[in-house]
Amino acid sequence: MIEFRGVGKRFADGTDAVIDFSLVMPSHQVTVLVGSSGSGKTTILRMINRMVDATEGEVEIDGENVATLEPVQLRRRIGYVMQSAGLLPHRRVLDNITTVPRLNGMGRATADELGLSLMDTVGLDRSLARRYPHQLSGGQQQRVGVARGLAVDPNILLMDEPFGAVDPIVRADLQAELMRLQRDIGKTVVFVTHDIDEAFLLGDQVVILATGGVIAQKGTPAEILANPASDFVADFIGADRGRRSLRIVEQAGRRIVVDGDGRAAGVLTDDSAAR
Amino acid sequence: MNLFQDALAWLTDPERSAGPNPLVDRIGEHLWYTLLALVVSALIAIPLGYLIGHTGRGRQLAVLGSGAARALPSLGLLTIFTLLVGVGNAQVAAIAVFVILGVPSILAGAYAGVEAVDRTVVDAARAMGMTETQILFRVEAPLGLPLLLGGLRSAALQIIATAVLAAYVGLGGLGIYIQRGISLRTYDEMLGGAILIVLLALAVDALFAIGERVARRAIGSGPTRSRPRPDRPEPLTTDQQSTLEEIR
Ligand SMILES: Nc1ncnc2c1ncn2[C@@H]1O[C@H](COP(=O)(O)OP(=O)(O)OP(=O)(O)O)[C@@H](O)[C@H]1O
Ligand SMILES: [Mg+2]
Repeated sequence: MIEFRGVGKRFADGTDAVIDFSLVMPSHQVTVLVGSSGSGKTTILRMINRMVDATEGEVEIDGENVATLEPVQLRRRIGYVMQSAGLLPHRRVLDNITTVPRLNGMGRATADELGLSLMDTVGLDRSLARRYPHQLSGGQQQRVGVARGLAVDPNILLMDEPFGAVDPIVRADLQAELMRLQRDIGKTVVFVTHDIDEAFLLGDQVVILATGGVIAQKGTPAEILANPASDFVADFIGADRGRRSLRIVEQAGRRIVVDGDGRAAGVLTDDSAAR
Repeated sequence: MNLFQDALAWLTDPERSAGPNPLVDRIGEHLWYTLLALVVSALIAIPLGYLIGHTGRGRQLAVLGSGAARALPSLGLLTIFTLLVGVGNAQVAAIAVFVILGVPSILAGAYAGVEAVDRTVVDAARAMGMTETQILFRVEAPLGLPLLLGGLRSAALQIIATAVLAAYVGLGGLGIYIQRGISLRTYDEMLGGAILIVLLALAVDALFAIGERVARRAIGSGPTRSRPRPDRPEPLTTDQQSTLEEIR
């Protein structure tokens, strides 16, 4: 469990990026932070692995205040995946994936074995192991980034817009892969995005942020959809534009569900009939 | 043209290898001073440059200092240093002058190389849990190597050109032919010596050019032969194929 208690971050230049932020991110669940650009998502995320140090309040991991932990040791037990993948351009795929285990002293043979199995885990063909990052597609690089994040089998996985830079088809693919993966491994995932659809798709808990890391609303996707806490939230999730409202239309004796644009989304079946 | 023929005749004269002032010895001296000065410059400039590049501090000072060092007249400096340490230690004075000449380029190459590394890559390395030393030596240094080699290259060329001055304090080198040529008005000898220096410089330059290419290749950017070409499209995975079929 990750807990933020009254956390604030003022940068050296006086910017208050995060103000009095409190939140519990439950273990083995996906918490999605969603909000527009500059709302403080990245800052909040990076306070967990001390890439940013809070200037107010405490961040705790399983009751341990991260401020008391050594940053390098802390980071080595937390997976971190970012938008640009941030792979080391001079290292081959396999070496990129196993960087941290190797730093921790794992032997090459064992590390290579681990790296190859992680490639399987994230759906990368083993034949890519000896390539350099620039010889991969954006989606493949992103998978390498995820594999690297998982390399030390961390309890916590931080993901900062990991699928932000790939095209929609690849993104859908990566999202599906992540959901499948999460079912198997059950990490405590903190996922940052500005795409509300992605947030609702992946999040067990979705946290909608306004400027300064102010929580506009938090809850399960269903809770937020059922009861947007404010106009800001309604606007953000697209409820007001009718994008989220589905209607039922009778046609040929069957009930068709139609979305805000009048496109058919599916057929409504009785619960009993569906089983 | 006549002068060039004379210079070539001088260069190919059997006297050049058998005589009292053999070319090979002078070339050896010239290269030795260059190498020694380059190594000492590198030992000073690379750690300093890495420190500046990694911390982002002291750059202003380095630029100022480099500018000042470059503005110093080498011959004047050599004279002063030689008088200071005594003619018997002229070698020390000469190397010191060449080092002052070599440090600025290497320093700039070292910190520019580190600074040129994509900041998101460094950020990712830090977020993974690399220590600052590991970031410097495993990420910034290898990725900055081509630029560092560029700095070493221009330092080497400047030192080769300036090592001519060694002759003025009795240390030999290829400058001796130029010096003698001027005082004895033996222009074939003077031009012959100059041609050798140019050839030496070109050879060293070519060596560094190859080194830079190899370095770029080793850090995984630039063209590669043994590896798959990045511009060749990947074969589709079965997943992608079925997605494609769905779209059609
Ligand atoms: N190192 C820094 N120094 C000063 N201000 C910063 C720094 N990093 C971020 N900020 C500021 O803090 C605020 C929050 O930034 P943050 O990067 O956390 O936003 P974000 O929600 O991740 O945005 P995006 O969706 O664009 O990534 C912004 O106003 C930003 O300009
Ligand atoms: Mg961000």
